[in-house]
Amino acid sequence: MSYETINVDINQYYETVENFKKEGYEMMVDLTAVDWYRKKEPRFQVVVNLLSVSKNLRVILNVNVPDESLKIPSICEIYPGANFFEREVFDMFGIEFENHPELTRILMPDDWTGNPLRKDYGSGRIPVQFKNAPKVD
Amino acid sequence: MVDEKNIKEDLDFWATNSEESGWNISSTDEGSQKMLEEEDEKQIKIQTGSDVVDDYVYNEETTEDERMIVNMGPQHPSTHGVLRLQVELEGEVVRRVKPVIGYLHTGMEKTGEELAYFQGPTNTTRMDYLSPLFNELVFSLTTEKLLNIEVPERAKAIRILMTELNRVSSHLVALATGGMDIGALSMMIFGFRERELILNFFEKTTGLRMNHNYIRPGGVAADLPDNWQKDVKEILKVIPEKLNDYDEMLLDNPIWQGRLKNVGILTTEECLAYGITGPSLRASGFSWDLRKTQPYSGIENYEFDVPLLTDSDVFSRWRIKVLEIIESLKIVEQVMNTIPKGPYRIQDKKVTPPPRKRLDESMEALIHHFKIYTEGFKVPPGEAYVAVESPRGELGCYIVSDGSSKPYRMHIRGPSFCNLQALPVIMADSPIADAVAAIASLDPVIGDVDR
Repeated sequence: MSYETINVDINQYYETVENFKKEGYEMMVDLTAVDWYRKKEPRFQVVVNLLSVSKNLRVILNVNVPDESLKIPSICEIYPGANFFEREVFDMFGIEFENHPELTRILMPDDWTGNPLRKDYGSGRIPVQFKNAPKVD
Repeated sequence: MVDEKNIKEDLDFWATNSEESGWNISSTDEGSQKMLEEEDEKQIKIQTGSDVVDDYVYNEETTEDERMIVNMGPQHPSTHGVLRLQVELEGEVVRRVKPVIGYLHTGMEKTGEELAYFQGPTNTTRMDYLSPLFNELVFSLTTEKLLNIEVPERAKAIRILMTELNRVSSHLVALATGGMDIGALSMMIFGFRERELILNFFEKTTGLRMNHNYIRPGGVAADLPDNWQKDVKEILKVIPEKLNDYDEMLLDNPIWQGRLKNVGILTTEECLAYGITGPSLRASGFSWDLRKTQPYSGIENYEFDVPLLTDSDVFSRWRIKVLEIIESLKIVEQVMNTIPKGPYRIQDKKVTPPPRKRLDESMEALIHHFKIYTEGFKVPPGEAYVAVESPRGELGCYIVSDGSSKPYRMHIRGPSFCNLQALPVIMADSPIADAVAAIASLDPVIGDVDR
């Protein structure tokens, strides 16, 4: 199944998604991000996957997030299903979604530091330590 | 003489698991995950499930001291894994629900970036552990799309055969655990008993009952075993009979109907807003099946119907799984009768390792074998998204390649992750006993949620 990929400027992002919803893209299927660490500028790209079940079309929006602010508007108002996905991206990449109803970590523990899916975050770097576990010397 | 004080101190130490004496209050602090007594209006709307369709009825007579916030899970038999729900109760009625997930998070997307493409299915198969073959299929299809290769017809047919059998086994578990949660314990025994038939066939074919790593980029790992038709015929004979037994036991059963009908309503509008696909969407009267609309792996060559029910309650979500099993078995029968002969994996030496026997004879084969297993095959740069219809809805895989032999970014769109957002919608404003039935009807697999 082929789909269309569109690059969207961050200033038009919210309006573009709104227009797609009006055009009959009823479902937001997927929202994720890619970290282009030292490969591309700006560093983060948010990828939104919209699906029209009435017209059987799929469109993928690529949005570049500015490095200075790392902020992007939340689309929870348009698609309530974006809630968990945006929290996941916030958790894993540290991108902030403005006007999100509850922007907290979703998969990692609340007191975790760092954003695991960033490219400068090595896996296996941090020994897993549970809260209040007896200390081992 | 026993020193009572010391014993008490010891007990306190083990109870709190910390060196400070006494109960450690801070260890039970939930931080931002905690459901508060008072939250802002937007949060309340989401937690009462009236975000899309405002159907919540406030009971004005409830006093403050009847309200109570309790935890359901993470260790709770009816939450199907380590799912935790914070529930605000008004007496026995659920008012607000807040799902807390992440207890099974193992960083599989990060792991996926460190494994080569031919190792990828080993990783993704462990996500949705009740339908592992779908995870392998979607990863392989995405890799093949990036490589721009087409697998042989026999490989496609084997993939459809295995995944449709997997759909049957996954739905059988859903029926079994759904029955268990409501108290129909014989349903649980029956469901797992019939699933065993399919798992035995999987074991014969792939060597494992779960986490097969059978469907790989470029085809499948091995051909079907000798006399596989006999096993499939047995499955095709036994399971429809047993489905009739289930229907006799449950379909007209007044208790079953009373517990399930008009419980946990999830309308089409809510499904579309929350991005819920699969049986839940079809049970709400909206016909959407990726096998029909965006077919993959040659499934458009087989004849089958998409069952559709319109009641959008727990009963129709249970019933539609039974009907889908029958349709999947139809596909399996057609594959069995029409399966083409030929290679079961692509004859591209850059992607498929040479057969073991050739290594002793050919230098070329040895080089290819060495290159594939040390470095892996290189995938041209680009990005691809492929979706398949898993037993729980749209299962998607998004891979970004930078031209090396490992994915630059591998993201799996798990249907359960998305479907969990509907829990407040189906649980709020109904008794806690119905809430358990409602969770079971969504059939969440926590491995798929947390990844």
